[in-house]
Amino acid sequence: MFGNILIWFVIVPILMMAGLACCGNSNMKAIRGVMVAGSTVLLAMAIWLVVDFLAQRAGGNTAEMLYTGSWLWYAPLNIHLAVGVDGISVMMLLLSAIIVFAGTFASWKIDPLPMNFFLWFCLLSTGVFGFFISIDMFTMFMFYEVALIPMYLLIGVWGTGRKEYSAMKLTLMLMGGSAFLMLGLLGIFWHSAPEGGQLTWNILEISHNASIDPSWQRMLFCFTFVGFGVLGAMFPFHTWSPDGHACAPTAVSMLHAGVLMKLGGYGCFRIAIFLCPQGANELAWIFIILTGISVVYGAFSACVQTDLKYINAYSSVSHCGMVLFAILMLNTTAMTGGILQMLSHGLMTALFFALIGMIYGRTHTRDIREMGGLMKIMPYLGVCYMIAGFASLGLPGMSGFVAEMTIFFGAFEHSDLFHRCFVIAATCSIVITAVYILRVVGKLILGPVHDEHHLSLTDATWWERLSTVTLIACLAGIGFFPNWINEIIRNSFAPIISAIQTAI
Amino acid sequence: MGITLPILILALPFTMFLILGIGGVKMSRKLAGTIGILANGALMTFCYIVALTYFFSGNEEFIVDGVRQQVQLFDVTWLAFTDRMVVNIGFLLDPICAMMLIVISTISFMVHLYSWGYMEHEPGFQRYYAFLALFTFSMLGLVVATNIFQMYIFWELVGVSSFLLIGFFYKLPSAVSASKKAFIVTRFADLFMLIGILVLSYYVSNAPIESPLANASAFNFLNLNAQPSNVIASTLGATFLGGSVLTWAMILIFVGGMGKSAMLPLHIWLPDAMEGPTPVSALIHAATMVVAGVYLVARFFPMYLAVPDSLEFITIVGAITAFYAAVVACCQIDIKRILAFSTISQIAFMMVSLGVARPELHDGLGYMASMFHLFTHAMFKALLFLGAGALIHAVHSNNYTEMGGMRKYMPITHWTFLIGCLAIAGIWPFSGFFSKDEMLSAMYANNALWGVWMTMVAGLTAFYMFRMYFLVFWWEENPHYKEHSPHDAPWQMSLPLIILAAVSCVAGFIPFGEFVTWNRAPYHIHIDWVGVAIPSLCVATCAIALAAWLYAKKNDKPAKMKAALPALWQAANRRFYWDEIYMFITHKIIFNGICRGIAWFDRHIIDGTMDAMASVTQYCSLKIKGMQSGSVQTYVLWYFFGALLLAAITWICLL
Amino acid sequence: MDLSMLWYLVPSVIMFVAGVYGFVTRKNMIALLISLELMLNSADLNFVVFNRYLFPDSKEGMIFTLFAIAIAAAETAIAIAIIVNIYRAVGNTDIDSVKKMKF
Repeated sequence: MFGNILIWFVIVPILMMAGLACCGNSNMKAIRGVMVAGSTVLLAMAIWLVVDFLAQRAGGNTAEMLYTGSWLWYAPLNIHLAVGVDGISVMMLLLSAIIVFAGTFASWKIDPLPMNFFLWFCLLSTGVFGFFISIDMFTMFMFYEVALIPMYLLIGVWGTGRKEYSAMKLTLMLMGGSAFLMLGLLGIFWHSAPEGGQLTWNILEISHNASIDPSWQRMLFCFTFVGFGVLGAMFPFHTWSPDGHACAPTAVSMLHAGVLMKLGGYGCFRIAIFLCPQGANELAWIFIILTGISVVYGAFSACVQTDLKYINAYSSVSHCGMVLFAILMLNTTAMTGGILQMLSHGLMTALFFALIGMIYGRTHTRDIREMGGLMKIMPYLGVCYMIAGFASLGLPGMSGFVAEMTIFFGAFEHSDLFHRCFVIAATCSIVITAVYILRVVGKLILGPVHDEHHLSLTDATWWERLSTVTLIACLAGIGFFPNWINEIIRNSFAPIISAIQTAI
Repeated sequence: MGITLPILILALPFTMFLILGIGGVKMSRKLAGTIGILANGALMTFCYIVALTYFFSGNEEFIVDGVRQQVQLFDVTWLAFTDRMVVNIGFLLDPICAMMLIVISTISFMVHLYSWGYMEHEPGFQRYYAFLALFTFSMLGLVVATNIFQMYIFWELVGVSSFLLIGFFYKLPSAVSASKKAFIVTRFADLFMLIGILVLSYYVSNAPIESPLANASAFNFLNLNAQPSNVIASTLGATFLGGSVLTWAMILIFVGGMGKSAMLPLHIWLPDAMEGPTPVSALIHAATMVVAGVYLVARFFPMYLAVPDSLEFITIVGAITAFYAAVVACCQIDIKRILAFSTISQIAFMMVSLGVARPELHDGLGYMASMFHLFTHAMFKALLFLGAGALIHAVHSNNYTEMGGMRKYMPITHWTFLIGCLAIAGIWPFSGFFSKDEMLSAMYANNALWGVWMTMVAGLTAFYMFRMYFLVFWWEENPHYKEHSPHDAPWQMSLPLIILAAVSCVAGFIPFGEFVTWNRAPYHIHIDWVGVAIPSLCVATCAIALAAWLYAKKNDKPAKMKAALPALWQAANRRFYWDEIYMFITHKIIFNGICRGIAWFDRHIIDGTMDAMASVTQYCSLKIKGMQSGSVQTYVLWYFFGALLLAAITWICLL
Repeated sequence: MDLSMLWYLVPSVIMFVAGVYGFVTRKNMIALLISLELMLNSADLNFVVFNRYLFPDSKEGMIFTLFAIAIAAAETAIAIAIIVNIYRAVGNTDIDSVKKMKF
């Protein structure tokens, strides 16, 4: 069991938690040491995994999932701790590791109770990593819940503003989603094998059995999609996102918007679509309408917000809506674009939240009406904010462009009027995105200095620079050389696409 | 030709951008400026080598039986959407590309040199050179694009470099809003271009596998341009609102060009873009980026020919814009705005010329003329902008009302500016005459209406240019000069003026038809003196004479004219209220109506519903809480009645 | 005289209902305790009666009742002790006066 590298993605954060528990709250150096060491190890493991995965694929290993392992956990319900990754999960693990790494540096000076903060932070990472390595629906669900619960404490204790309200709202709405999800998963489990066969939670086995009958598929697809869609900020279940992000501390916003929201999108195709392909074929249109609305609606809402975090949260609604929208197009190109958008949005939004946290830490306000001309005062952060903005509005050379274009070109392969209308509506979002991004950049970064007191503020420190540079490098890396990632993801979609096509 | 030079042409400016952008903070001004200029000089050399080799080497790779070839020097995969929709980044060398290489690198070098003097005292000098390098990179990438998607990529990049450069004086709110406006308007146009590309590539990539279209990527220019008929066939006669989908796709792609080239409904950003430093206006908003729309149509010309309705559309848009911009230019006060509207008008001229070009009319003369004008216009318009920059540098104001009688104080600027004005007015032997004459011939050949209409616009051009010229250099001397007499700029600024003026004098004699034509076979230019040249020369001379009569000496005729038709003057001065209309739509309707509406809806309806669910739960639980009174007696009573009820139910059911 | 089972059950029901009525309406804890005992005793009576009439051969009902009486005695002792303590603390034995434990 311990020979499988994937397990270590869960064990390392747990070890980090143990290490942190030994440090105590006052020993800041030791806490940072544990966090930096742990997150570096995770990042190194994720990079090694990508390299080794590519090597194995190049070596002709065509198995659906690599590094598989399965250990019985609870026999009466046939629950296993089953792990395995394909190209998509590998990229997701890499994304999570990068963001945990950057998040560690972004919360370098967290106060109060640093040890407890990082403890919950590590628990959150455990859940996230566990979710991406699992191929057993039950353990997947368990890790999903593990990732959600720390959120309540992290926002409730270390947040700002109306933190109790937001933490409660976020937790309750996501738990509401989980309720749908649990129903859906149970339904899938009870139909997971043909009459008389051994029921299973294993995603691969369920898809091989293909034994869920169409009427059930329709219902289970809706349940699981809504369940994951809540986490993916699908309209109209997105309102936890603006409040939650606005009140969360920097690193939590980063991890939440950067990775946790991706759990939603990932679950949508890995479970809802993969296991209920026929349901997906028949009912995708409902969710295309909802996610199409998300895309445009989030962008329009972002145009009039004045709180930086609200702007970003609504922008996330728009971008994550694009992820789900792409996944619902049910063809390889668009779905690949959806995953690219997840990666891109994860990095970009983490960068945004990191920068907002840094700016807030200096000016003590997030209201764009009270700031201006930061480029003059803190040029480094200003430039980074502009880069993040350009990534968000889809500038070529940044990952957002690659992702959005892949989505549009994939989605345009549907030639009926319904899809065309929604695709064109979704393309309009690139203009609206430009509007709200430039509105913020124009007010916040450029223009005359608004508040004389801000003139004494300092520019970024080395740990802040490290955190932002990591994210920017990744954004530009994907933006300049997208094809290798594109291919990894594309090839991983083959089983899902074939499931969808058989089901038609 | 090897691929070293082509790669260097793209890599050098990008590397310069990185070096100056990242390391610029640590560099002195002198170092940054020197590096920038030297690198740009090297770049110019490379571009000239490539272009001149292409035109003059006679190599079989480039010319076969007198017909120039289109060569893809390299073309590497950047991103594969599907097997057929592959985005490549490459280098397509053909006549228009080679011509653009010369234009871009020349103007870029002139501007680099000029900026050394002009921007000397501005903070952020290093950043300025970094942005210039980024722009040069993007623009070169755009013109060498081998496929429409590469063009779109660099199209966006020039947009962003333009944004950065317009907003260079980022502390001025007007510069920030102008840069935002430029970016958003062009982005809006690019949306249509994107949809156009989506439509086009959808049909091309779904063409049957045995079609020759399937041999290359669905975006590739050579593949598409070589077989427009197959592209039409691939749409299977699909139509949308009465037009064929291909017409729609080509028009949508052209809308992207309308945005960049500031054609009528999308022109509003260009005059505001003059908030940027003047050398930037010369480079981006006069010579290179704004002609991207023209270049796009030229690049896709065989496809546009296949759907002539789209060419009609281009012609009409161009003709209306040309006239509109010329009228507005007559009533502006800010000399950069006058030049901006003149640019719009001249680009529209090129558009009309492309729109009227047909292979059967003088062997597609319109195409050649349009490219010729693009070339000459780039030179003399850059000259005029740089001249205006020298004036602004000397006077510290953009308005001609602060100038007047400058000819004595700034002789170099005066003479070069005059050459620029003569060139744009189309006076023999300056370059504008030749290109404008060819364009007018093409228009007359297509339809006399366009010919007459555009001759009128040419007359207006001569009038407003000389109105500006006289008001700036003649009219009445500004009394302030006694204290602070303006003087000519330093050599870094004067040298580019002189070089460009020299080019504007001789460029007309280039046998342009030998190099650039629509089918790349040589075309021998002959000037139709009687039919076109003499009438247009007369019109231009009359217009200049009129301008001289009105503005050469201070008098009250202009004021009287203004007083005679105040409404018209006011409307033209306010650019016929386009900005106000846009303001109304974007601010009142979209921002205050839609955005605020949606935000309100989100906070009150959607969020309200969620909060309401929570409050209803809380309300119910508060109500139920009373039942949990702690009083055992109440529990017993409930229990007792419950038991009775259960008993009753059981009894009724059993009986 | 041959008594039918009804002769025992009717008094038992009367006792039980009286107990319930008393338990619900009284405020005094001692009265509550007495009502409780009434209910308990009616149940005991039922045990004995059913055992005697329906299963004359077995003795479980009787034994069970003896247990119940013993437990009731113990329970009463504890209850009285609590009531006495409450009386000392509060000054009366009114059930409504003890509300500190409520949610």
